[in-house]
Amino acid sequence: MSIDIETARKVAHLARIKVEDDRLPELAENFNAILGFIEQLNEVDVEGVEPMTSVTPMRLKRREDVVTDGNMPEKVLSNAPDAREGFFAVPKVVE
Amino acid sequence: MAELNKLTIAEARDAMRKGDLTSAELTEACLTEIEGAGALGAFVHNTPDLAREQAKAADARIKAGDAPDMCGIPLGIKDLFCTKGVASQAGSRILEGFVPEYESTVSQNLLDNGAVMLGKLNMDEFAMGSSNETSVYGNAVNPWKVDDRKLTPGGSSGGSASAVAADLCLAATGTDTGGSIRQPAAFTGITGIKPTYGRCSRWGVVAFASSLDQAGPMTKSVRDAAIMLEAMCGHDMKDSTSADLPVPNFEAMLTGDIKGKKIGIPKEYRMDGMPDEIEALWAKGADMLRDAGAEMVDISLPHTKYALPAYYVIAPAEASSNLARYDGVRYGHRAKLGQGDGINEMYEKTRAEGFGDEVQRRVMVGTYVLSAGFYDAYYNRARKVRALIKKDFDDVFAQGIDAILTPATPSAAFGLGEMENADPVKMYLNDVFTVTVNLAGLPGISVPAGLDAQGLPLGLQLIGRPWEEGDLLNIAHEVEARAGFVAKPQKWW
Repeated sequence: MSIDIETARKVAHLARIKVEDDRLPELAENFNAILGFIEQLNEVDVEGVEPMTSVTPMRLKRREDVVTDGNMPEKVLSNAPDAREGFFAVPKVVE
Repeated sequence: MAELNKLTIAEARDAMRKGDLTSAELTEACLTEIEGAGALGAFVHNTPDLAREQAKAADARIKAGDAPDMCGIPLGIKDLFCTKGVASQAGSRILEGFVPEYESTVSQNLLDNGAVMLGKLNMDEFAMGSSNETSVYGNAVNPWKVDDRKLTPGGSSGGSASAVAADLCLAATGTDTGGSIRQPAAFTGITGIKPTYGRCSRWGVVAFASSLDQAGPMTKSVRDAAIMLEAMCGHDMKDSTSADLPVPNFEAMLTGDIKGKKIGIPKEYRMDGMPDEIEALWAKGADMLRDAGAEMVDISLPHTKYALPAYYVIAPAEASSNLARYDGVRYGHRAKLGQGDGINEMYEKTRAEGFGDEVQRRVMVGTYVLSAGFYDAYYNRARKVRALIKKDFDDVFAQGIDAILTPATPSAAFGLGEMENADPVKMYLNDVFTVTVNLAGLPGISVPAGLDAQGLPLGLQLIGRPWEEGDLLNIAHEVEARAGFVAKPQKWW
């Protein structure tokens, strides 16, 4: 599998990272080096093997489905680049 | 008592309990060292006022009696840990200005034990790197030096390693996703342990790859690692993968008796082109354990070769998902927007400006392997290979192996900038001996065991059974005692 410049552009967009056109060839080359390395996995016989979901065989803990914290909008918003009237502010999303 | 900053945790604890030393004195000595060590780039956010306040409280607590072991011990905290009211950036521009409203569970546990925080430590951006060269703060530098070159302290916990090796603090926290505690520990001649996955809560630690990330201590001795690890771990309801198991007194388990322990030597770790020095060190480690009464057993971990490629699917996949939260809305950097820019431009520009090259690369690789059409071929296949890698370990432990001995790294520390033009995969090979341990969720420790021909430290790695950090530390303690590693870097900074 070889990544071309168009695929690199598409992946950058999916990852929501702006990559200038002149940087795309280098990015595609990096991807190809990394994916070439990953290709080795195809040598392994994985027939009948379950993909690992949890490295330590443990049941996830359960608790009552109740509110355990909250009522701290100032703290939640304290690091926001733009917060107004108790909300996070972003550029207009809907016309 | 001369040069207080050079004390180990155990020495300082005992001296403070006897009343020969106060935490205030010890903390002041460290703060002075830190001030003179700017050239190491280890500390990136200093908290001297907070440290003095905590030291004072610790002294009162010690005086009142019954203080925990870590009480009054001055530490450095890796920038990956969120610390309340203190900048926590994960070495990234995208978290510039971020000041958490909360404290990570691990650092809170240390504070509850009376530990003193001297400041935050340099690291590779989002813990992605093996040389601390991807940090927004600039490089951390290894205090070890053999010629004009500045050497890497390793990564990602490079600032932690540099600070401990240079005696700027008594110990530091690190985190390890593929070797980020053990490789820098080996490069700087200190001890570092990554506990079993689930021992330390991940809550409040900036996430890289959640199924692999674990915090652990980086210290000047195995005994210190035992003391500090005990204070760091414990069950936490805020991390669903945190283990609800009792935490033993690890220090009490350093009995010095490892007679009859079965130590595995995995043949797959004998890599092509492995330097003779690494090979010789490994053999020396086996001799030391044999002398201590342990039995060496040749073992096979057949899927070792596939650990790095599996890691470079799983870790970027998890990272791409975890790092999706950096969108310029809730915290950190937001790009300046142009006329007519909408929310997509905001995301794309913010992330392009905020993430460095290596982080961008890994997020995009992760995005690719999780994308429609490739999920099965890459991500699911890697998770299956991961299951096989874990089974390799399960099988040897079922045969009665107590621990596994390997080199910690394929070489000693290299020069900063030397890998700049190499393809990214070259850098990834640094983790060849450590990454299997993360994939299998096992505890692993790096212990300094010798110097190479140039005079740079080399480490040995021991891998333990799940949840048996105590036994692992006891075996590592024997290696430490027999290796007699006492070399220190000459001060040039």
